[in-house]
Amino acid sequence: MVALPTRKLEAWRYTDLRPLSAISFAAPPAVSATPELPDLPFPRFVFLNGALNAALSTGFAHAKPFAPVEGQGTQPMALINADYAQDGINIEIPAGQNAGELLLVSAASGAAPFAFHPRHRVKLGQGATFTLIELDQGEGIYWQNAVFEVEVAEGAKFQHFRLQEESVEAFNTTTIHADIAGDASYEHFTLTLGSKISRTEIEANLLGQNALAHLNAAQLLGGVQHGDFTTIIRHKAPNCPSRQTVKSVLAGRARGVFQGKIEVDQIAQKTDGYQMSQALLLSPDAEMDIKPELQIFADDVKCSHGATIGALDEEQVFYLRSRGIPEADARQILIRAFLEEALEPVTHDASKTLFEEVLQSWWSKQ
Amino acid sequence: MSTTTEATIQELAAQKYKYGFTTDILMEEFPKGLSADIVRLISAKKSEPEWLLEWRLKAYEAWLKMEEPEWARIHHPPIDYDALYYYAAPAKAVPKSLDEVDPELLKTYEKLGIPLNERAALAGVAVDAVFDSVSVATTFRDTLAKAGVIFCSISEAVKEHPELVRKYIGSVVPAGDNYFAALNSAVFSDGSFVFIPKGVKCPMELSTYFRINARNTGQFERTLIIAEEGASVSYLEGCTAPMRDENQLHAAVVELVALDDAKIKYSTVQNWYPGDSEGKGGIYNFVTKRGACRGKNSKISWTQVETGSAITWKYPSCILQGEGSVGEFYSVAVTNHFQQADTGTKMIHIGKNTSSTIISKGISAGKSNNTYRGLVKIMPGASGARNFTQCDSLLIGDQCGAHTVPYIENRNSSAKVEHEATTSKIAEDQLFYCRSRGLSEEDAVSLIVNGFCKDVLKELPMEFAVEAQKLLAVSLEGSVG
Amino acid sequence: MLEIKNLHARIGDAEILKGVTLTIPDGEIHAIMGPNGAGKSTLSYVLSGRDGYEVTEGEVLFNGENILEMEPEDRAAAGMLLAFQYPVELPGVGNANFLRTSLNAIRRKRGEEELDAVAFLKLARAAVKQLAMKEDFLKRNVNVGFSGGEKKRNEMLQMAILKPHLAILDETDSGLDIDALKIVAEGVNTLRDEKFSALVITHYQRLLDHIVPDVVHVLAGGKIVRSGPASLALELEASGYAGLEAA
Repeated sequence: MVALPTRKLEAWRYTDLRPLSAISFAAPPAVSATPELPDLPFPRFVFLNGALNAALSTGFAHAKPFAPVEGQGTQPMALINADYAQDGINIEIPAGQNAGELLLVSAASGAAPFAFHPRHRVKLGQGATFTLIELDQGEGIYWQNAVFEVEVAEGAKFQHFRLQEESVEAFNTTTIHADIAGDASYEHFTLTLGSKISRTEIEANLLGQNALAHLNAAQLLGGVQHGDFTTIIRHKAPNCPSRQTVKSVLAGRARGVFQGKIEVDQIAQKTDGYQMSQALLLSPDAEMDIKPELQIFADDVKCSHGATIGALDEEQVFYLRSRGIPEADARQILIRAFLEEALEPVTHDASKTLFEEVLQSWWSKQ
Repeated sequence: MSTTTEATIQELAAQKYKYGFTTDILMEEFPKGLSADIVRLISAKKSEPEWLLEWRLKAYEAWLKMEEPEWARIHHPPIDYDALYYYAAPAKAVPKSLDEVDPELLKTYEKLGIPLNERAALAGVAVDAVFDSVSVATTFRDTLAKAGVIFCSISEAVKEHPELVRKYIGSVVPAGDNYFAALNSAVFSDGSFVFIPKGVKCPMELSTYFRINARNTGQFERTLIIAEEGASVSYLEGCTAPMRDENQLHAAVVELVALDDAKIKYSTVQNWYPGDSEGKGGIYNFVTKRGACRGKNSKISWTQVETGSAITWKYPSCILQGEGSVGEFYSVAVTNHFQQADTGTKMIHIGKNTSSTIISKGISAGKSNNTYRGLVKIMPGASGARNFTQCDSLLIGDQCGAHTVPYIENRNSSAKVEHEATTSKIAEDQLFYCRSRGLSEEDAVSLIVNGFCKDVLKELPMEFAVEAQKLLAVSLEGSVG
Repeated sequence: MLEIKNLHARIGDAEILKGVTLTIPDGEIHAIMGPNGAGKSTLSYVLSGRDGYEVTEGEVLFNGENILEMEPEDRAAAGMLLAFQYPVELPGVGNANFLRTSLNAIRRKRGEEELDAVAFLKLARAAVKQLAMKEDFLKRNVNVGFSGGEKKRNEMLQMAILKPHLAILDETDSGLDIDALKIVAEGVNTLRDEKFSALVITHYQRLLDHIVPDVVHVLAGGKIVRSGPASLALELEASGYAGLEAA
């Protein structure tokens, strides 16, 4: 196996995979239990321990059989995936088609630690539209190391919503490579609640004029969870906007990481890049590390990022109190508001409802 | 831009580095290259005590085992450390008073606009002049001595105040801290030493002018400033070098120590020779600057205007240990032609209620690359810590690069960290507005750039602020059109 | 009735209030005018219980009770309301939700029954209408993306719903155009009755054309240097503060 990255690599300075490398993972066992599926009226693919379960899945007009790995990428986790990948969705939406929604469920369970490496491919033809809703869930100790290869052709629109609710003993590493052509868009949102250690790494290339990338995330972590959201947006053509909102709420001894790099090539004039990351530390032992990075080689650009980490704004707490709301209630209201704002980038109603319910139940457990 | 203005700018650009002359003076140099023997020779030349030689040799050993850092966004051909001279000094004995200073040297400093003659000196500014490796003159020593302030070259301090030097040297930047700091610790030849005793407010601004003159010489000065309880000082440094086709290495170390309620303000106008418009020559400025706010409510403030050097690699930092201590970093970094700058700061919050402010303005023009790299780290014990960071980049032309690499690490939930960064260019309508009011394009750019840097420039002491504004204009000549 | 007796307060080492004494009986509106830096905002923050202000001497009684020991929310429950000079933005907090939470917290403390969503909305909609605001005002996040005028109207909406016994308006008129100014004035004037009192802090006389005060006080150098009828405001407008500070 390709070696796991260590913290000596700049891109991995905040995420230590030693707890993962300390475990020896077996091949995934067969599963008999049926996972709990959300009540969403969309076609679906259900993977159990990384293998497609035909009985639980429905058909989808634009699905093709799993194909062997093509591009391997350069990220270490994608290289490992390339060595082991055995299954995954392979979607090709023809030009001009509105393919609606598809649900992708990954459920995992097993007695001994095991690993699986899904390799998914999503390709949208010119002017096509498609929404993928992904749910990751499971029980026990396992490692899901997924890769998505995404291609969005001219004028196409791909929405990708992920709910990562893996077992808190599990590991989830997901690497996404997206090539986005002119006038096309890739809208991404990951809500992370699960995993002991998780990392979502997205590399989005804006290849034609007016290509758009929205890479958003929210993480709600507690206990000793570690969540890492790492992105690189490469502006390789003029007039491309990119937007990012990343919110983290950290309780217990949780640690959150956001690394967001925006690269602007010399040709990419009129780039409009904006990135905001905010973290709320709810306990004295929580930690947040943020590395927003700009690398700019074009002069006529508008790029900015903002980051805040801290407890609640005392000015806001006082305002609420001066209107008669007791301090404890005032704090709760503000935390709730912070969480709800995190869902703002989700523009797809069914997904938003799903996320809101999850958020509500996380909140009631705190 | 019209052809005539273009021509004028070309002309201006050609003559712009006005400090590029050399001084013909008999120099004493040690053989080329670095070895334990050279380290011993430097130490012996300065009649240093045994402990300091030991310290240097340890640093040299550490350096041998280290590698040049590669993480910064800078590129240069490998430096041949064996082709450098590690010690160069005017051959005449160190002068005891200003009257004994070589007239050629005095002329050099006159040309630089730094009169060492006290009567003619800038009112209220005491100057230490460092020529290549050694301090050649320190002014106003008596006035300062009356206030109890020690301001001298570090070589003298080693002789006259060994207990102070021994106590503090390497206590902020350890000998093996990083590659260039280790090199400096092994071979540093001179630099300034400042000690402000308890309760004393230094009666005048202190300043050091650094000048590299000799060819193929590395300059490795070391500055140590200590402000005891309740003391305060404002210190300025200026740097120039001749125009030479080869690159020259400058690897300095600056250490600041502030005890309870002490305040140190350290301002730099760095105008080392940046190389020509083709990227030939210029200084490699690899500098380690760090301040320790050891005492409660102490304050260290770094202000820098970096316009020179072919390559700048420096991160003036603050270790905020004392409760309620304050760190500040105000920076303007301008790069033009083929210059490369990778600069920023580290604010390490250890004590309770510590606060830090970072304001960084990067301006890139020509084919240059300008990177802000900074770390804000809040340790678990730093309850109530605050940081505010603002980094803005301005691009002039589409051949240059502007980069921002902030690291923000917060391990205390009662701390608050805020960071903002923007990148933009000078807007056409701003330029047009200025020009329609009669300003030339060059003047308009200069005006807008000065406005962009205002938050930093206002932190400089008055005499320096004016100088810095002029320097910005000169550095950017030939950048628009 | 609000009684401020010899109030001294400081921020850090700086003493801002140096012995303020004034009484506002029920049913009266008093204005405090004064130059910048006189301590006007400090007075409003000390009255509403914001952190960072240390009272070193004196007392403040509201209906006979010393409020200086009370938490900000208890002061609100007691019937005080500070309209902020710079109303705070609360991203993600809906205006209606905020108002209802406030109102019910105050009602609970007073031993009154809480309002359910329907009853509250009815009340809120009526208030919105009365203040000539758009209905979507209630749906928006508190002060987020509001213009200066909208923020001040929002303060008036809170006043209309929470119905304080004492309103403190801290330079509520700053940055307002004439229409918004009238809204603010109307917000206060509709509450005017024998039980309601208000402390209107302002730098300019123009707000007092619309909220006619019973008494005008001049605060300068941390003290009340002069008090008089409404006409004093006009006098100040004509002569400026310079002469008064020396007085």
